[in-house]
Amino acid sequence: MFCWQRVIILGISVLVLSVAAYGQEISREQIKGLDEQVQEIKSDALGIAAELNQLEEKLLYPSNTQVAVFVSLVSGETFRLDSVEIQLDGKPVAHHLYAFKELEALQKGGVQRIYTGNVRSGEHDLQVFVIGKTGGSTDFQKSERFKVNKDVGPKIVEISLAAQSITLNDR
Amino acid sequence: MKRLFVLLTILIFSASSAPAGTSAPKKLKDLYFGEALYYASQGDWFDAISRLDTELTQHHGVDEPERDTLYYHINHAEFAVGDFELAYRMHQRAGRAITAVIEGNVEEPVRNEAIFRLARIYFQKDQQVNALYAVERISGAVPPNIRSDLAFLRAQILMANGRFTEAADILKGLQDVKSLEGFSTYNLGIALIKDGKELEGRQYLDRTGQINSNDSLTLAIKDKANLVLGSKLLKEKNFEGSKQVLDRVRLNGPFSNRALLGSGWADAFQGRFERAMVPWSILVTREVTDAPVQEAMLTAPYAYGKLNVYSRAALMYGSALEKFGTEVDKLGTSIKSIREGHFLQALVREELKQDANWVVKLRELPQTPETYYLLELMASHDFQESLKNYLDLEELRKKLEAWEGDLDAYEEIIEQRRAYYQPLLPAIDREFRQLDSQMRLRLEQRDRIEQRLKNMLVVPRPDYLATSKERIFSEQIGLLEKRLAAGGTAVPSEVEARIKRLRGVLHWNIYTEYDRRFTEAHKHLRDLNREVTQLKRQYTAFVRTRQAATQSYEGYDDAIRRQRFLIREAREKVGELMARQGNMLETMAVHELTTRLELITEFQIKARFAMADSYDRATRAQTQEGVSK
Repeated sequence: MFCWQRVIILGISVLVLSVAAYGQEISREQIKGLDEQVQEIKSDALGIAAELNQLEEKLLYPSNTQVAVFVSLVSGETFRLDSVEIQLDGKPVAHHLYAFKELEALQKGGVQRIYTGNVRSGEHDLQVFVIGKTGGSTDFQKSERFKVNKDVGPKIVEISLAAQSITLNDR
Repeated sequence: MKRLFVLLTILIFSASSAPAGTSAPKKLKDLYFGEALYYASQGDWFDAISRLDTELTQHHGVDEPERDTLYYHINHAEFAVGDFELAYRMHQRAGRAITAVIEGNVEEPVRNEAIFRLARIYFQKDQQVNALYAVERISGAVPPNIRSDLAFLRAQILMANGRFTEAADILKGLQDVKSLEGFSTYNLGIALIKDGKELEGRQYLDRTGQINSNDSLTLAIKDKANLVLGSKLLKEKNFEGSKQVLDRVRLNGPFSNRALLGSGWADAFQGRFERAMVPWSILVTREVTDAPVQEAMLTAPYAYGKLNVYSRAALMYGSALEKFGTEVDKLGTSIKSIREGHFLQALVREELKQDANWVVKLRELPQTPETYYLLELMASHDFQESLKNYLDLEELRKKLEAWEGDLDAYEEIIEQRRAYYQPLLPAIDREFRQLDSQMRLRLEQRDRIEQRLKNMLVVPRPDYLATSKERIFSEQIGLLEKRLAAGGTAVPSEVEARIKRLRGVLHWNIYTEYDRRFTEAHKHLRDLNREVTQLKRQYTAFVRTRQAATQSYEGYDDAIRRQRFLIREAREKVGELMARQGNMLETMAVHELTTRLELITEFQIKARFAMADSYDRATRAQTQEGVSK
């Protein structure tokens, strides 16, 4: 009895530091080979996604009518953003409720494309509604109205949010 | 449960390091790059790579890249795409992306950071010679934020290549780096031991085992150091030293079960069975699926036997047998369940992915008995990679399915547009052609007038500015002159004088008003130009809209057909790879469970013998007691 217990004891460090072994059925080469094929199909899928993005843009949002609205947070802002609504010429076109991960992504400097659509060239009315909480857990609501001028090329608009203000950066 | 999660983390961390997170630039100029970072921050690597790839392709395709907004972040973006690919486990592409940066015309720190990342890829993919070759190419200035990580990676690569002396030298210089606390000391200990400097190496393991920290990863490596050192001492029969070290392992840490088992053995080997019962008694109350717990279910009654409490020992062996029986059934059910495909179904459950601890949570699902015994397997690098590949393939399968649906929708849109525009366009085109010819005519007229007015600046031509009345008047006078001349008789002098006077008046008016008329003509031309500009704008807008109308339904057929073909091919490939990857995961899991099943079966046999022996001894003891009484 003492003998088998000894064997187990000696196996402790081996158990801690061991690399999994899977018997004869699976070799390292098989794992590696399959991994490489998975990488290849990922690459293929990325290629398809790129072509589909272009097709979608050309078909649904041609450059002469395209308008894209992006949302960003002013650097260092710590307020809790709950939701953003975008109205274009008086019509709601986008409404987004923010999950924690999304808010964190914005706080790290990421930019969210909240709306892509089509408008005629000329001047348009863009209204932004923001709901959130400031540092002291106080609820706040803000809205701001902007004029956006659509020209021949795609129109890109950045809405930059802070607890105190909503700014429009015309790109 | 947290204990298990830390175990997973520590095992993964000690094998490889996670890819560095790409931070956003301080002043973001390119919103599409920002969008890629937004996806990357949420771990949505596919979308992050896809957006950034598109943006980079567009940037490299423009004639004047310096006018493109990505120009300001190009190095950052090239790095980021490599980083994202690395995080998405596309090591081959990530390697190529980073190599492109290295071979590009970049500054020394940028180049060195790129080589660092490349070396890390090779290290993670177990290509240690390539990793060493890469890391040896780093020379000159290195960005301050990666200096410690680079040195640590260099040491790990040297260790992997068997160059322990050099690795130890580097690790000695990293002992004060806070972010590597515990890991640098532990690795130094291991490097020295492997280098034959056993005593010195053990001192560093001992030092790691006594670190004070609140960080869960540092505490876990501290436990690991104590377990490794304690196990070594136990193997050498230094039971006292072993117990001291093993008792430093936290009771709630990821290595506590093994430490408790070892600590008990350290006492047992010295014949101190009462003391051995302390850790083993704790251990037998823990999660029955863990191997040390199962072993303790035999060692605890063994200790009672040594203390001559045979009846208690026999009862405990009986209880262990019962539990082993349950576990054998559970393992049998698990193996059957895996073979029926339930394991793979459980792995792709959506709700699990919402939780960072999802692998651990998997164990808690009542429908997934197969996962109870798989924790250690799940913590292994190969299984992790295979599992992630399987999940990525499942994600791709869903994407490809959705894309096929998108193509159906696109075709419907195109058909609707065609049905709307095609009947309208011929009439519109006819009308447009008429208007177009009229417009061209008028524009030619305008051009002629402009040219004439320009010439008149050099050679004044008042007759060009005669009014229509004056022209009619002049023609009438001409007719009169002709008629009088045609009669063949002499024109009366008073008539001739009147005609001359009339011509003179006409001439006078035209010449004296020339300057005013010339100025007015220019003013009218300017007015006309304004109208023409407006007309041209409308014309261009119409042409653009007309083109857009055609382009909205024409020219997509080939692209859509091609996409359909690619998607169908990719779906087939994904299906095939999922089956193979799934089979691999199932084989690994079944193998692990079978190994555990064999171990428990062995325990069962030993428990059965030991129980019978204990009952014999208990009966004999009772008989002896009766005799002596």
